Amino acid sequence: MQLEQISIFIENKSGRLAEVTRVLGSKGINIRALSLADTSDFGILRLIVDQIDLAKTALKEQGFTVSKTNVVAVEVPDQPGGLAGILDILDKSQVNVEYMYAFVERCGGNAVIIFRFDDADAAIRVLTENGVKIMEGERLYRM
Amino acid sequence: MTAYFHEEFETMPRAALEALQLKRLQNTVTRVYEKVPFYRESLSKAGIRPEQIRSLDDLRRLPFTVKQDMRDAYPYNLFAAPMDDIVRIHASSGTTGKPTVVGYTRKDIDIWADLMARTFVATGVHKGDIIHNAYGYGLFTGGLGAHYGAERLGASVIPISGGNTARQLLIMQDFGSTVLTCTPSYSLYMAEEAREAGIDFRDLKLRVGIFGAEPWSEDMRRDIEAKLNLHALDIYGLSEIMGPGVAIECIEAKNGLHIWEDHFLAEIIDPESGEVLPDGATGELVITTITKEGIPLLRYRTRDITSLNRETCVCGRTHARLARMSGRSDDMLIIRGVNVFPSQIESILMRIEGVEPHYLLVVDRHDNLDTLEVQVEVNETLFSDEVKVLQALALRIEKEIKDFLGVTSKVRLVEPKTIARSEGKAKRVIDNRRK
Repeated sequence: MQLEQISIFIENKSGRLAEVTRVLGSKGINIRALSLADTSDFGILRLIVDQIDLAKTALKEQGFTVSKTNVVAVEVPDQPGGLAGILDILDKSQVNVEYMYAFVERCGGNAVIIFRFDDADAAIRVLTENGVKIMEGERLYRM
Repeated sequence: MTAYFHEEFETMPRAALEALQLKRLQNTVTRVYEKVPFYRESLSKAGIRPEQIRSLDDLRRLPFTVKQDMRDAYPYNLFAAPMDDIVRIHASSGTTGKPTVVGYTRKDIDIWADLMARTFVATGVHKGDIIHNAYGYGLFTGGLGAHYGAERLGASVIPISGGNTARQLLIMQDFGSTVLTCTPSYSLYMAEEAREAGIDFRDLKLRVGIFGAEPWSEDMRRDIEAKLNLHALDIYGLSEIMGPGVAIECIEAKNGLHIWEDHFLAEIIDPESGEVLPDGATGELVITTITKEGIPLLRYRTRDITSLNRETCVCGRTHARLARMSGRSDDMLIIRGVNVFPSQIESILMRIEGVEPHYLLVVDRHDNLDTLEVQVEVNETLFSDEVKVLQALALRIEKEIKDFLGVTSKVRLVEPKTIARSEGKAKRVIDNRRK
């Protein structure tokens, strides 16, 4: 139920973000979702891509520090209060969200949000118990 | 059983060693008084005539020689032998001002080869070893110094010099090198390159690494030994005195560097007052050469910070041991009044799991306050997809530096390989205050 995200360490200097996207573009890798966490010195770019292993190898070859993390893609009703309902379920079960960001595409009538939980298994369990749909990685990479 | 190259001299009882030292010191003082105008003048100014040197205690009455004296004598004015007798000239890199120039007579080269062979033997190297000599060949004394010593010992020497790391690794692998000589930082660079090339040092035949020409730490030794799978030993030398082979750690103790006292007299002084300090006290190393002909130096201030230990060593050598150099007095940074050696920060970094031994200290001054930035590379071991983990790492390093050294720093996490790698001496400090 989990999917793989790659994270890239980026120093806060001009051209680094462009370099990452250039490397991925040149290998024909498509970015499906992204988020950038930034501090004054550095940033962490997190990506969902269609070819994760190729992306990791290509970026490492260019000297980037890259890691893989498991995240969860949750379908969220695209209506007012949709996200609040999901977060409420998680809060009641005391599952912590480390960070989250939105996926570009919609799935049917739902938006897709990528979540990084402290305990992904527990999160998946409580969400499915409450009828929330989790997207499979394979389906998402190809959307 | 300890192996020696010159057993008689290396294990000479202290009384006999001191008698030899005195005789050689007297000869040296006489030689420079007669042949070097600079020394005739400085000795006269100090009111000393060579025949007044009657005991080793008289050493401390002699005037110091400093780096600037060598620059002022550029290029040949401190030579105590006619150019006809000088068979080799070396010079130190002139990063600040003119290089310092040294000349060797045939006998000087001969003694250097002997002492370097002695140095190799102290590290467990023997005839039959294949020495991969990655010290730079040229004006720098490292390459040729180690080379002549290796040949004197009868080992096989590969004069590869520095640079072209991929080729170095290939040759080490194919030629079956058993001994590596280079700077400690370059050995780690090799380890990094080897890992990327898929070469495992456990598959190589390297047994001993002799590392010097820059200060390094005990923690770095552990790191090098683990990554290169060899015994890493610290060697000390400087071109002004001779070159590599002035002092060496023995493989038996790995605890302090034996300085060859039948050729060099060592003293430790307070760098501020110039006063001689007792054994065990930390201060600046001062060396007097007592067998050199080309350019003998009286009480040369090395600017290297260490201490002296005359206790007998498990290896049986009677020659005093120098503690691992904690840095050069002119490498010492004064940050908001606190003395900091780059090697101290290195030790702190090396204790943190996953931190690479490549770091850069950037010192600056903002609004009349000194700032210290410590750049640390983020590799896969340290990296996390969560900002808070990386921030906690930076804070932890800052706290350790504050706790151990009492200085506030700012840790800056940088991308891998953004800190320049060196194939010679590593550049660890950028001090923008001097601009």
